[in-house]
Amino acid sequence: MAVMTYREALNLALREEMRRDPDVFVIGEEVGLYEGAYKVTQGLLKEFGPKRIVDTPIAESGFTGVGIGAAMVGLRPVVEMMTFNFALLALDQIVNSAAKLNYMSGGQFNVPIVIRGPGGPAHQLAAQHSQSMEVYFYHVPGLKVVRPSTPMDAKGLLKSAIRDDNPVIFIESETLYNIKGEVPEDPEFLVPLGEAIVRREGTDVTVIAYMGMMYRAMEAAEELAKDGISVEIVDPRTLQPMDKDTIIGSVRKTHRAVVVEAGAGFAGMGSEIAAEITEDAFDDLDAPVERVTGASAPMPYARNLERLKTPTKEKIMDAVRKVCYANGGR
Amino acid sequence: MAKTMTQKAAPGLGLDADLARKLLRDMILIRRFEEKAAEAYALGKIGGFLHLSIGEEAVAAGATSVLRPDDYAISTYREHGHCLVKGSDPRRVMAELFGRIDGLSKGKGGSMHLFDKSTNFLGGHAIVGAHLPLAAGVGFAIKYRGGDQVIVCYFGDGAVPEGEFHEALNLSALWKLPVVWICENNRYAMGTSLERALAQTEIYKFGENYRIPCEPIDGMDVLAVREAVGRAVDRARRDNTPTLLEARTYRFRGHSMRDPAGAVYRTKEEVEREKLRDPILLFRDRALKAGVLSEDDAKKIEKDVSDLVDEAVAFADASPEPPASELFTDIFKERA
Repeated sequence: MAVMTYREALNLALREEMRRDPDVFVIGEEVGLYEGAYKVTQGLLKEFGPKRIVDTPIAESGFTGVGIGAAMVGLRPVVEMMTFNFALLALDQIVNSAAKLNYMSGGQFNVPIVIRGPGGPAHQLAAQHSQSMEVYFYHVPGLKVVRPSTPMDAKGLLKSAIRDDNPVIFIESETLYNIKGEVPEDPEFLVPLGEAIVRREGTDVTVIAYMGMMYRAMEAAEELAKDGISVEIVDPRTLQPMDKDTIIGSVRKTHRAVVVEAGAGFAGMGSEIAAEITEDAFDDLDAPVERVTGASAPMPYARNLERLKTPTKEKIMDAVRKVCYANGGR
Repeated sequence: MAKTMTQKAAPGLGLDADLARKLLRDMILIRRFEEKAAEAYALGKIGGFLHLSIGEEAVAAGATSVLRPDDYAISTYREHGHCLVKGSDPRRVMAELFGRIDGLSKGKGGSMHLFDKSTNFLGGHAIVGAHLPLAAGVGFAIKYRGGDQVIVCYFGDGAVPEGEFHEALNLSALWKLPVVWICENNRYAMGTSLERALAQTEIYKFGENYRIPCEPIDGMDVLAVREAVGRAVDRARRDNTPTLLEARTYRFRGHSMRDPAGAVYRTKEEVEREKLRDPILLFRDRALKAGVLSEDDAKKIEKDVSDLVDEAVAFADASPEPPASELFTDIFKERA
């Protein structure tokens, strides 16, 4: 094990996969000479040269389509979105081409592509740079969607995504690039897509959370432990395909569930997980599933309003107490 | 770099009987195949949208005649012709239109989404403009691997106002990708004429902005198409130079079977006038006059194609519908 940042773990995953497979290349805005807007691709141009680290003009639909076309004939592109908010310009390519080609061609043309970059709330980036973009993608059959919360998962999941034969949407976070954690150095270390992980074991309530919200849930769990409430935290890691077994298994044990997500709540990940729990584990529940979500408003710039928009530790604690009927009658 | 409109090739020039037979056969195959498809549509055997390229056959036949089997082609939702002449089995193409298991995509793509890996035909794309970046990507992959293949990308005049036309042309020029861009300018994007859609209606001139070779060609003259695409393919193969060709053609039928007359947005007189330049009749007459083909040759081609298309319809009709299990296969590719 080595201790490294989330950013370094991603960088290492890219290096290892590019060394392993000459068909892997990186393409996107500022990935080469500039070494990445968030420095995830630092040093890659020097090691792999401009043929495999491809700087593009600002043309998201164009270069995403280039990646998809190259993948159709067997290359394995890693497309960087400087921020996933810009992927909206390439949404047609991702939804109508990448996700559909294998199906429409009856299995003749699969698309082994990874589209990666940061998304979700950061620090005062305002309405156009703070969206939790996963909702746009996990609804679409044909796409896999990954949100890695730790450096270890960042490395292991990115490597699995690159080796996958299908389009994988891989959304990182500006707020996590500098966090540090242990990362296996074995170049064959992989985290399989579609497997959730229990981050903290507990007995009273299951909190399902990922990315920054997972860390807030951990803080909430520490506080709640002082009150004698034992919280289990499940991090889905891959949102599509979803590891229902781990989530449902945890709920069957704790009989209570809270889902936390940074994005707006309507038709969000919380809605989906709440529905799955209702369908598969209704009789195990001792309380209705509670959702803690971002407010249904665009992300404001002002620091105080930004705090109001995003789920806080206190809101998560309130929701946990509510499903435990321990909120003092609130 | 733009050239003046390519003149008609001199009759018989560089044209042997085999090539003449192939060009005529390919154009007639597209015509008869689509006529039969229209009949099957009227009978309810084909559903959804069905876009015919009748009148535009010279572009597909002429362009494909200069490609190698390992070259790639990619197209729009009006792609039956491009797919057929690239070498797909007409029976499997018709079965796909019928939505049957023996179709190229097991009936899951339909008329607008024909794909054939065995001929390097890459679809069949029904979002206008969206397949142009894919074509650039295939060109990128060819160059990445040091190959000498090319990709021909067909698109309509309706794709030209789309941003993706400009993004893809720019990238192909910037990175020198072996792509031959062929705009099939039939003058109408569905019902919107060129003049109502483009500030610059001389489409080939967009190539000048991206500093790549470009020229307009008579899209009703299969030999003119063949010559111009041949030069473009040579450039792409030699040093990865992309080319923009504007093939000026005309669709004799409506936009789709739901626009049978195609008469709201254009006059009957215009359609009748254009039909006088039917690419099949033009080429047939020239080949006969030049003595490259005989009347008997032409009759035999008609007969052979007619039999082939009848067989395709019978094959499609006899093919079963895909089993229910196909609903959930191919969403993802699973490792064997």
